[in-house]
Amino acid sequence: MNPVVIPRAHYLNVNYGIKAWLFTTDHKRIALLYLASITLLFFVGGAAAVVMRLELLTPQGDLVQSETYNKLFTMHGVIMVWFFLIPSIPAVLGNFLVPLMIGARDLAFPRLNLLSWYIFALGALFTLTAVVTGGVDTGWTFYTPYSSTYANTHVILTVLGVFITGFSSILTGLNFIVTIHTMRVPGLTWSRLPLFIWAHYATSLIMVLGTPVLAIAIVLVALERVFRIGIFDPALGGDPVLFQHLFWFYSHPAVYIMILPAMGVISELIPCFSRKRIFGYNFVAFSSVAIAVLGFFVWGHHMFVSSQSVYASMVFSFMSMLVAIPSAIKVFNWTATLYKGSIAYDTPMLYAFGFIGLFTIGGLTGLFLAALAVDVHVHDTYFVIAHFHYIMVGGAVMGYLGGLHFWWPKITGRMYPEGWGKLAALIIFIGFNLTFFPQFLLGYLGMPRRYHFYPAEFQVLHVMSSAGASILGVGYMIPLVYFIWSLRYGAVAGPNPWGAKGLEWQTSSPPPTDNFAQTPEVKEEAYAYGPQEVHVV
Amino acid sequence: MPMVLRRCTLSERHAALAPHFDDIAQQSEASHLGMWVFLLTEIMFFGGMFTGYAVYRSVYAVAFAEGSHHLDLVLGSINTVVLISSSLTMVLAVHAAQVGQRQLLVGFLLLTMLLGLVFLGLKTVEYTHKFADHLVPGSGFLYAGPHARQVQLFFSFYFGMTGMHALHMIIGIGLLTVLVWLAWRNRFSPMYYTPIEIVGLYWHFVDIVWIFLFPLLYLIGRH
Repeated sequence: MNPVVIPRAHYLNVNYGIKAWLFTTDHKRIALLYLASITLLFFVGGAAAVVMRLELLTPQGDLVQSETYNKLFTMHGVIMVWFFLIPSIPAVLGNFLVPLMIGARDLAFPRLNLLSWYIFALGALFTLTAVVTGGVDTGWTFYTPYSSTYANTHVILTVLGVFITGFSSILTGLNFIVTIHTMRVPGLTWSRLPLFIWAHYATSLIMVLGTPVLAIAIVLVALERVFRIGIFDPALGGDPVLFQHLFWFYSHPAVYIMILPAMGVISELIPCFSRKRIFGYNFVAFSSVAIAVLGFFVWGHHMFVSSQSVYASMVFSFMSMLVAIPSAIKVFNWTATLYKGSIAYDTPMLYAFGFIGLFTIGGLTGLFLAALAVDVHVHDTYFVIAHFHYIMVGGAVMGYLGGLHFWWPKITGRMYPEGWGKLAALIIFIGFNLTFFPQFLLGYLGMPRRYHFYPAEFQVLHVMSSAGASILGVGYMIPLVYFIWSLRYGAVAGPNPWGAKGLEWQTSSPPPTDNFAQTPEVKEEAYAYGPQEVHVV
Repeated sequence: MPMVLRRCTLSERHAALAPHFDDIAQQSEASHLGMWVFLLTEIMFFGGMFTGYAVYRSVYAVAFAEGSHHLDLVLGSINTVVLISSSLTMVLAVHAAQVGQRQLLVGFLLLTMLLGLVFLGLKTVEYTHKFADHLVPGSGFLYAGPHARQVQLFFSFYFGMTGMHALHMIIGIGLLTVLVWLAWRNRFSPMYYTPIEIVGLYWHFVDIVWIFLFPLLYLIGRH
């Protein structure tokens, strides 16, 4: 076996200096720009959650008052949704991997890709300015007429930040769609594409079709605040529920922007660490597209108690339940892939297992919420909070971390410390469940969301949740430390430390600036693990 | 499976070909698809406003018809003709690029820009009249009648939708300016005129938005 060394020239050492990074059009460097930005924002959004959980240790409102608390959960939601979860996997791992996985030298529009990062940074700057100068208290949903007429906080600055960052999402999606259509290497047919690519294709469809609707909803809120024109103000003939329709037309599919790329990551991890071809490739691939398409017809399930016609609610309820089918198809196919596989319990695989379990809980409780009668009972309670955190944190963040560990050797050329990796994965899993499982119970017992005080009988569950949050916080700090440590001290990874299939593993780690020394050619199905690889070795 | 290798030798590479593409056909395909996807996002963007319009028009049908009567049908009709003509000159510009006639190309691009500017000029005249008549939504809105609030909603949509459309026209004229400059410097040839085609797509899209806006705003209750 050859000794593994870092290649002499790669995308990280081709040139140095702040200008070489700020004016780069290399998709791999832009991915790292995104990684640094969203990591920072993740910890800012996390800090808000820390204060909230501290406040909720006691039934009385003692640490912060309601105005501050309102600003805290708004900041947590806005930052985590638009400035961490939406860009997380697509803008970091997707940006890095989409061209590599299809054998291209870059995304179709490299300058647009860089522009998308600048737009993202500008949007983040707007929103952070709003936070620093006094905050905003509307909740991340900006419901009218509160946001458009009554709120006296920095609504315009915050919504502008979200509006601006939306364009970065649109440009990323557009770039992925065009790249996947036009830049695949010879032999890489649609039915041979990695499922990560399918998932990103489906995600991109939502990004380009959904985000503009959020943009116009935000423009209308801003116009309404500035000119008092009454589009959402009932006193002037407007309809506040129209805003909810426009908002959720994007923001429900946005949940699938978060979860679909994570599903793509899991579809890469499971075959690699069970050394088996994915079970039911076509079903897993098309279920991504099905989730994206169905996701556009379920937004009304956020408005079961908002004066929506009961017939509309019945249709939205039915459509929401349909989403369970492609989601379950994925879970069953991943599980079937594990069957009789040669399973290795490396860190990425631990996150994959975590994802499957937590996503299943999150998905099934989604069915509770899609049921009209149950939703009326648990609407706006901690049950909803627990449900979407199981999807967004238990699902999307687990997938993101799993993917980050899996491709870290490709991105940096070095391994993270495996023992610490496993420990952190375990801590995160335990901390997550301790934080959010009690919230299901709280919500079912009637604890409403967005209050900083509560009746004394809820205290035990709230203390459990806060204890879990502190464990979760520690769990998130550990990878931050060892990832940075590994940049210098990690073991040299070599091109393919996992023995994984896929074009990204055929080039050196870290890859050269134009990705491949020679344009690769694809001659086999995706995930051709299994008996035939014995002959290859 | 027979497979065509797309990569070509360095000597064949066109000056306008970016290094991450294999050949000019691939690059052109990517640019076209990119513009089509962008136009999809534009449809969704305007779609949000059209949805809002549809909701309020159905709820306040009488007030919207009333508001519509305050729009200048003559100027609106002239503008419709102007805009459709600009789409024609845009197509002729693409054709001139295809056959490699540089002067004709520059001429048609300039003509398209000119028609766009005429449209914006007439729009400005219309807006000025609305200001003078106190029909601009906000604190200055003055309207006598039982439906004043709903008429204000109509004018909110009128200004919102035509304003957003005008913004797209201004961007389009900016893009045309760049094209004129590039065409003047002889950057296009029958081999390579992708920018003209994709700006053309954009221009036609903005044109089509107006084709929907005109009847929805100007022609309510006139049939």
